[in-house]
Amino acid sequence: MQTTQSPLLQVRDLKIGATITPPGGRPQDIEIVHGVSFDLQKGRVLGLIGESGAGKSTIGLSAMAYGRGGVKITGGQVWVNGRDILQTGGSNLRALRGGEVTYVSQSAAASFNPAKKIMDQVVEAAVHQGKFTRSAAEKRAVQLFEKLGLPDPENIGSRYPHQVSGGQLQRCMTALALCPEPDLVVFDEPTTALDVTTQIDVLMAIKEAIRDTGVAAIYITHDLAVVAQVSDDIMVLKMGDMVEYGTTEQIITAPREAYTKALVSVRSIDHQEKPAEGTPLLRVEGISARYKGTNFDVLKNVNVELRPGQTLAVVGESGSGKSTLARVITGLLPARQGRLSFDGRVLSPDLPARSREDLRELQMIYQMADVAMNPRQTVGTIIGRPLEFYFGMKGDEKKRRIKELLEEIEMGDGFIDRYPAELSGGQKQRVCIARALAAKPKLIICDEVTSALDPLVADGILKLLLNLQKVEDVAYLFITHDLATVRAIADSIAVMYKGEVVRYGTKSDVLAPPFDDYTDLLLSSVPEMRTGWLEDVIANRKMESAGH
Amino acid sequence: MIRNIPLAAMVGLMFTGLYFAMAILAPWIAPYGMAEIVGDVWEPSSPEHLLGTDNIGRDLLTRMIYGGRTTIFIATVATLISFCTGSILGFWAAVAGGWVDQLLSRFVDLVMSIPSLILALVILSVMPVTVPVLVVVMGVLDSTRVFRLSRAVAVDITVMDYVEAAKLRGEGYRWVIFREILPNALSPLVAEMGLRFIFMVLFISTLSFLGLGIQPPEADWGGIVKENADGINYGIGAALYPAVAIATLAISVNLVADWVLNRTTSLKGGR
Repeated sequence: MQTTQSPLLQVRDLKIGATITPPGGRPQDIEIVHGVSFDLQKGRVLGLIGESGAGKSTIGLSAMAYGRGGVKITGGQVWVNGRDILQTGGSNLRALRGGEVTYVSQSAAASFNPAKKIMDQVVEAAVHQGKFTRSAAEKRAVQLFEKLGLPDPENIGSRYPHQVSGGQLQRCMTALALCPEPDLVVFDEPTTALDVTTQIDVLMAIKEAIRDTGVAAIYITHDLAVVAQVSDDIMVLKMGDMVEYGTTEQIITAPREAYTKALVSVRSIDHQEKPAEGTPLLRVEGISARYKGTNFDVLKNVNVELRPGQTLAVVGESGSGKSTLARVITGLLPARQGRLSFDGRVLSPDLPARSREDLRELQMIYQMADVAMNPRQTVGTIIGRPLEFYFGMKGDEKKRRIKELLEEIEMGDGFIDRYPAELSGGQKQRVCIARALAAKPKLIICDEVTSALDPLVADGILKLLLNLQKVEDVAYLFITHDLATVRAIADSIAVMYKGEVVRYGTKSDVLAPPFDDYTDLLLSSVPEMRTGWLEDVIANRKMESAGH
Repeated sequence: MIRNIPLAAMVGLMFTGLYFAMAILAPWIAPYGMAEIVGDVWEPSSPEHLLGTDNIGRDLLTRMIYGGRTTIFIATVATLISFCTGSILGFWAAVAGGWVDQLLSRFVDLVMSIPSLILALVILSVMPVTVPVLVVVMGVLDSTRVFRLSRAVAVDITVMDYVEAAKLRGEGYRWVIFREILPNALSPLVAEMGLRFIFMVLFISTLSFLGLGIQPPEADWGGIVKENADGINYGIGAALYPAVAIATLAISVNLVADWVLNRTTSLKGGR
């Protein structure tokens, strides 16, 4: 009965609160979304973008009148198809969820029941809601599988979730969400956990499915380049407030607010590559390695070199062996074959056999700063321990050095007595950097150190690392899957694929054509911050494959 | 501070405190001498003898107070022995892995495959039954349970990046065990400690009841049950007092352990 003018989804002055219990204190109510309003027309896609804690998932879930983990909608109205869903309860909400509005979560692997076949789960909501009979729903599911570009759409439904790849499972989840013919789909970071080369296929599949079925969608992500490919409008959020709301074109090309401008121009660090001269600090020669109890090599004949004060970026997708290389260099996983030399001396492959000097000069920073620091130690203890351990510093001398290090990582000495839980994600990573620096190392291995951070925070960490390299003349072995990071910081690059180095050289050589197939695929899959990029890439690839 | 303690923990704390205070102050608060015969056999309660008298006419309240002292003292020391050996060996097994882990774990499996009461009875029947021997036997037998728990907890912690970072720094076992693992394993261990303390109380009471624990005329709660068990046939409730004491101590210690567990887990967002 609705008129064409009335929007599918209307959100008015939405306020969302949560109850938190600070350590040792009483529970208190806080507001995490402070009055957000927007409209969504049928067939349009709205992108919600912001850093972690911006409230984007919380707002997305409010379209289903749902609050996750103790989150409550405390005020405002949410109208779906002309009904205020916050006022209806129980059975009406059940009809809404999984029927009119459906949800695609970040981790398909964690959201599918591993004990049930994919088809049973894809049709479940549609059949349960009474929209389709079982056989009609299965027919529709097969059509969706085909539309989403899944291989063997007739039979993929009879597989179990662990029998398909991560990217395929994410597309199955999209099929699950589209199966009951919903009016609105909420996509919550559907490609964040995927490799770039997989992400591009899933993005294209999602985009086509949205276009062909004519549903409206809310697309939540922290990656502006990704959201620019799929959405018509973008809303930028920060700390539960709306910062800017406009069409995709306007946000990307002419952002008005300073915060949006910062998001658009993120990763624009200009790094001049240093000439490859001088004797190498680290030499990795013919390294092969395998894990205990397996019979295949995860590293196959890897040869790379790193010069003092320079950065070698090791790039690859998950499973390419790049983190294993770090474990071999640190000695956590002794190599099966090959030789490691460091600063002119041979490094023992096994950690216990290394000298204290070897250990001191080779430090490591981890991806998850949360678990890389003991939650029961203060920042002072964490940074102070290497000083005490390697240099025998005590008392005032140690304290002075800790303060210097805190200055170097651009944090004040007020942090000295804090516990890791009292720090933000970026601050935690900075403390980990200080802990590595405390040992006065010659080489720091950085294992995906910015992957778990928001873009602006990651940018700050990269700038800090570059500055420290200038001051301390330390070399970095930088492991990452993110090519934007590589451009920002590398002097030389090694591209890894299935345990082998497929391309290796200085940054300008590696990033200049002619490319090998894999590097080409990897480079062309990195989303660019412009509309229409996705279509261009897909069109290019189709042309190429037609040409072969 | 006091206001934040939940009611259950408050009650637990009160009773635990009461029992421990009685144990410490026994010689000053007991109305008669420990083995002094002051009345008739199994007298009912009266102003002179609040809980009546026992099977040979000793004041039952006095026996209960001294008995509590022995029971609580032995259980405490045995629990400490069991925790020190069990947790340190458990952590060591988890951190070292390999043959150290295999050797310790299989030995513990071996000990645990024999019911501990029977093993204790066998050992005590060949050893002189003195307090130090009792405490060590109980502590060592019980440390196998603590070993299993602390090894399981520590295995989870050793795979954390911060332990790996410590190993890469070149830290020895001592730092890794006491500074990295122990602070993070404390909460489950404290909860277990409450439980194990109660098992110790029951263990020593059982041994005394069977005659292989505390030897008369020394008093302990299990011994009091044994001495007065016959009274139940004549409708004399003397044997029930130690039973009630054991039950209330068990409950109150666990209420306190629960509260400590809650507090430590919420502290600074740790485990």
